[in-house]
Amino acid sequence: MRYGTSTKLGSIAKHAVLALGAVFILAPFVQMISTSLKSSQDIAQGGLNLIPREWAAVENYSQALNATPLLQYMLNGVIVTVCIFAMQVLIALPCAYALAKLRWRGRSTVFALVLMCLLIPPHAVAIPVYILLFKMGILDTYASLILPFIISVFGIFLMRQFFMTVPDDLIDAARMDGMSEFAIVWRVMAPTAVPALVAFGIFSVIAHWNDYFWPLIVLSSEELYTPPLGIATFRTAEVGYVFGPLMAAATMVIAPLVIAFLFAQRRFIEGITLTGMK
Amino acid sequence: MPSSDTMTFGSAMPAVSVHRKRRSLAAHATAYALSAPALFLMGLLLIGPVLVVLMMSFTDYSLGNASFEWVGLANYAEMLEDDVFVKAIGNTLLYVGIVVPASVFLGLGTAMLIESLTFGRAFWRAVYFLPVMATLMAMAIVWEFMLNARFGMISQLLTLLGLPAKNWLQETSTALPMLMVIGIWQALGFNMVLFMAGLTSIPRDLYEALELDGGSSSWSRFWTVTWPLLSPVTLFVVVITAIRSFQVFDPVHVLTKGGPNNASMVLIYQLYQEGFDFFRSAYAAGLTVVFLVFIFAITWVKSRVMEKNVHY
Repeated sequence: MRYGTSTKLGSIAKHAVLALGAVFILAPFVQMISTSLKSSQDIAQGGLNLIPREWAAVENYSQALNATPLLQYMLNGVIVTVCIFAMQVLIALPCAYALAKLRWRGRSTVFALVLMCLLIPPHAVAIPVYILLFKMGILDTYASLILPFIISVFGIFLMRQFFMTVPDDLIDAARMDGMSEFAIVWRVMAPTAVPALVAFGIFSVIAHWNDYFWPLIVLSSEELYTPPLGIATFRTAEVGYVFGPLMAAATMVIAPLVIAFLFAQRRFIEGITLTGMK
Repeated sequence: MPSSDTMTFGSAMPAVSVHRKRRSLAAHATAYALSAPALFLMGLLLIGPVLVVLMMSFTDYSLGNASFEWVGLANYAEMLEDDVFVKAIGNTLLYVGIVVPASVFLGLGTAMLIESLTFGRAFWRAVYFLPVMATLMAMAIVWEFMLNARFGMISQLLTLLGLPAKNWLQETSTALPMLMVIGIWQALGFNMVLFMAGLTSIPRDLYEALELDGGSSSWSRFWTVTWPLLSPVTLFVVVITAIRSFQVFDPVHVLTKGGPNNASMVLIYQLYQEGFDFFRSAYAAGLTVVFLVFIFAITWVKSRVMEKNVHY
């Protein structure tokens, strides 16, 4: 009896502590959505009302869409993230297969190189890669956003670990059927690796959809901006106190990933925590 | 001479070995072909650039110049005299020194709280994970608005309590701490899910065994089972958070520009300024090398700790 009440109390206390922490975690989201619904007079009046006294949701969201080509930015974001991921898979999968399932001289050296490259943060190669793109004359293009990221050593590492668990019999059977090694990679290995590919895809898309540093460096044409860069310009261009539309823009930028996350939580958490497995 | 024997073997053996050699050569060729694109790009976009950065840091090259001179350690000597650099290093270390322990302990605490619940786990996990998903740039702008002295939620709350509101991001004493708050806010949920994965992998019977031995307080459960068994995960989390914190850039660029008066200047922001605002490529390369030394040092310490790790 006493035991029961104390665990019940304990459980209530735990939820209370978590709720308190959640105030800190959720406050920016609440502020963002609340402000995105308010008229500028309402915002200027101040106060802690979360529900607008004077609604301006439609105005704010349409102004956010009209004042900047926000939809164009989002489209750019989609193009860039999809191309990066497609190229990463195209390049990483064959290499991962060779590392996991073929015996060849230099295999351990190549794998050691992959592990070494895992340590190199993107900022560390920024200057030479920028100069390379400059010499190639492709700064300020989609290519300059995509090219530097088409090699994912993390993807190679991850897929290699996954391929190690695929039974050799499967590959031998495919060889007996006269399949080439290239065909084995795409028609035998890739289909078995769908869960790992999904996790890798989520990891990759999140990283590049949210990336700010690289687009900031290579882009100058506004029509190529990705969402993070777009919203940063929105803030500086629409100075002063048009906070309503600014918060509406922020809401729309984070919406796609947050909604996708709420629908597929487990997959997203797996995808993101993959970085923890390095 | 036993020629006939060697002849028979001799004629058979080379044939087999040539055949094998051909097959293995073909296998080698396939393996190289499969990994060639990846290898080429690793060289072009990762290993090559790191070597170039290292060499460039000993020159006076700046983007657009046709030629350059070797200047030895001049860039590194300049750093020691450079107040901005000294400030950036100090601030970065301070940032890492606060954000890492805070987000690791809060992440661990949250993970343990959530894991011990009988219902509502998925809900709380989703709530705390939300900042990890959200585009940091957009959320940094929201934080800026929250901290706005006139309209922001935080300032309004403080005013309500009779406390002074200020422009937190524009004050020398509060700019960096505010960036730390944003950093902790973002890293907490990430660390939490890593710890949750670690916690679920601890075998339940260890706790039962402990209980049989008479250690049933949550304190002893934590120190005798959870903490030691979690130590490899903790090490991972600390290292990852440290590496990420060393790279803090987005909020600095959009909210403070390293100011006021370099009060929130950090290493990657200075690298960005020197490399892409002032186009002093060689000096920025030197800064990159310093950054890399820190990253490699963290990794080295990690592997040393892992070697010595004798828990379980």
